[in-house]
Amino acid sequence: MTAERSPVKRSRARTPAELVGAVPEPEFEFTFDGRTIPALPGQSIAAALWAASVLAWRTTRVNGRPRGAFCGIGSCFDCLATVNGRPNQRACLLPAGPGDTVTTQEGDGHAEHLG
Amino acid sequence: MQNTSGEVSGVPGPGGGPGPDRGPDRGVGPGRGGASGPSDAGVRSGPGGGVSGTTGEVPGTSGASAGATASAALAVIGAGPAGLAAAVTAADHGLDVVLLDASAAPGGQYYRSPAPGLGAARPEALHHGWAAFAGLTARLDRHRATGRVRHLAEHQVWAVERTGDDWALHSLTGAGGQGRATVRARRLLLATGSHERQLPFPGWTLPGVVGAAGAQAMLKSGLVLPGRRVVVAGSGPLLQAVAASLTLAGADVPALVEASGYAAYARAPHVLAANPGKLAEGARHGLALARSGVRVLSHRAVTAVHGTRRVEGVTVSRVDRDWRPVPGSDRRIDCDALAVGHGLVPQIELATTLGCATRRCADGTHALLLDRRLRTTVPGIWAAGEPGGIGGVQLAFAEGELAALSVIDDGGGTAPGVDRRRVTALRLARRRMRAFAEVMGAAHRPGRGWSGWTADDTEVCRCEEVTAGQVRTALDDLGAGDARTVKLLTRAGMGWCQGRMCGFAVGELARCHGAGEEAAGPGRRPLACPVPLSALAEAAPGDRT
Repeated sequence: MTAERSPVKRSRARTPAELVGAVPEPEFEFTFDGRTIPALPGQSIAAALWAASVLAWRTTRVNGRPRGAFCGIGSCFDCLATVNGRPNQRACLLPAGPGDTVTTQEGDGHAEHLG
Repeated sequence: MQNTSGEVSGVPGPGGGPGPDRGPDRGVGPGRGGASGPSDAGVRSGPGGGVSGTTGEVPGTSGASAGATASAALAVIGAGPAGLAAAVTAADHGLDVVLLDASAAPGGQYYRSPAPGLGAARPEALHHGWAAFAGLTARLDRHRATGRVRHLAEHQVWAVERTGDDWALHSLTGAGGQGRATVRARRLLLATGSHERQLPFPGWTLPGVVGAAGAQAMLKSGLVLPGRRVVVAGSGPLLQAVAASLTLAGADVPALVEASGYAAYARAPHVLAANPGKLAEGARHGLALARSGVRVLSHRAVTAVHGTRRVEGVTVSRVDRDWRPVPGSDRRIDCDALAVGHGLVPQIELATTLGCATRRCADGTHALLLDRRLRTTVPGIWAAGEPGGIGGVQLAFAEGELAALSVIDDGGGTAPGVDRRRVTALRLARRRMRAFAEVMGAAHRPGRGWSGWTADDTEVCRCEEVTAGQVRTALDDLGAGDARTVKLLTRAGMGWCQGRMCGFAVGELARCHGAGEEAAGPGRRPLACPVPLSALAEAAPGDRT
């Protein structure tokens, strides 16, 4: 019974959700490069990818290096992704949606449109 | 261009329908396409007589009242602590206010909170001073209900221009920025906040290296961590808050690596004595870190990141007073993420484009030059909070309120009188906290030796992938005498972020190579964020009358 009450203790939480006492609405899924990623309503695409231990979803234009979210607030544009065919979407700001198709953005993201 | 009343004009994107550019399976609804949600104004008649608006992606809401007076009394840009305090204070005194903000919910970066769908029962567990924020949002809600404040969420203002007696504020709207809106107001109050300052070092572009404030923002809004074992590094008091939050949320933080030290504060004992709250805050963080087993390492810096596809560890070096690495002092700490930042930079693009003068702060950043009434040097434009210099949340609250009262004073007696004693108290509080901010800025200002962390192949500009070696070549061999010429020769700062991440570093590298102080002036960016050409075309002067 005491164990049941443990959430009110201010001991260190094991997860962010536990810390804020989150009871999220049902999760949904989107795909990242064909892989299924679970997301919670309201989470940005970047947040859902972080939760799935995915840190990179873009390769750079010049050297083809992997990048993901860096500034977390929409300033740095490192987190650009292709979402439902639209390139250059800031994954740290854009909420994930059920059934979204997110793909690694290569270069400026426009090559596939030119081809 | 579909013009409504001229007061707030909204245009659907090309194609005329809601969200035409979104993918085929992308719905438009609250939180998805920026359509009218509970935080949007929609069409509403305000006390000023026929105040109305549309956000541009809402079919059937373009019918603004005919003959509307075309302009809000005050536009506040930014709904963080300063902007919220300003908006509700102005509304309390009867002004009709439009509050524009890029986010879906008020709070700014400081009070970023989990999306409603995440069902957080205790969002305050990730925040200090939540009650003050809750009080402001309650007042905001009341003013929104009467129409006194129109809160335009998901409105990213990309440019402001003077049109007759009004300011015209051009925005991209919606989560993906597909919509457009133009709002007019007679006075402008900038509460645009700040972003994090970064200094380059080998490996800082590797996935798993994130901004310290960025990690904090992602945690507050998305309830996620970049890794399980996270080193926090850089400089400034924000790092303590970040390390404390990460440990509370379950991360293991083996070390907080601070390039400066806290001894510098002791040189201004009277300023410290006048700000006991700041001392208490520091002590609280120190205690929390000690309790969580976070080692605080002063006068040290992360000088390299290890890993191939993602972070596997970092090298921490001792640095001297000028932040030069001390040879032989390197040691490795294993981790799977690094949260790094060197303080904050005021966001002043809109103001500098409009001609507002700036000043150099003790931390080396440029902030708006403000008088005691929080007026910029351009008539009709006020500012509050971080755009006037980095100073923290309490200062932002005080300045927001003070700036609004100054606007009321400027309004010529139509509003209820301003409480002079309140103004005096706010001015005193402001002076006290600004003094502390200067001490803080001086204590954590990057030392000149930080460029010793960079190798020739270290990327300085993340967007254009320009290396420190290329920057040095531009300075040493190609004749660049200032940061602007470096930019032209190397493209550093010409990418997506427009130098927000690398501008300070490039300016300092140029200065190390003999460029003058003036060379490192504030970045001039005619547009405050990337804008589709179609938005520029639609906003062209010939198209609007």
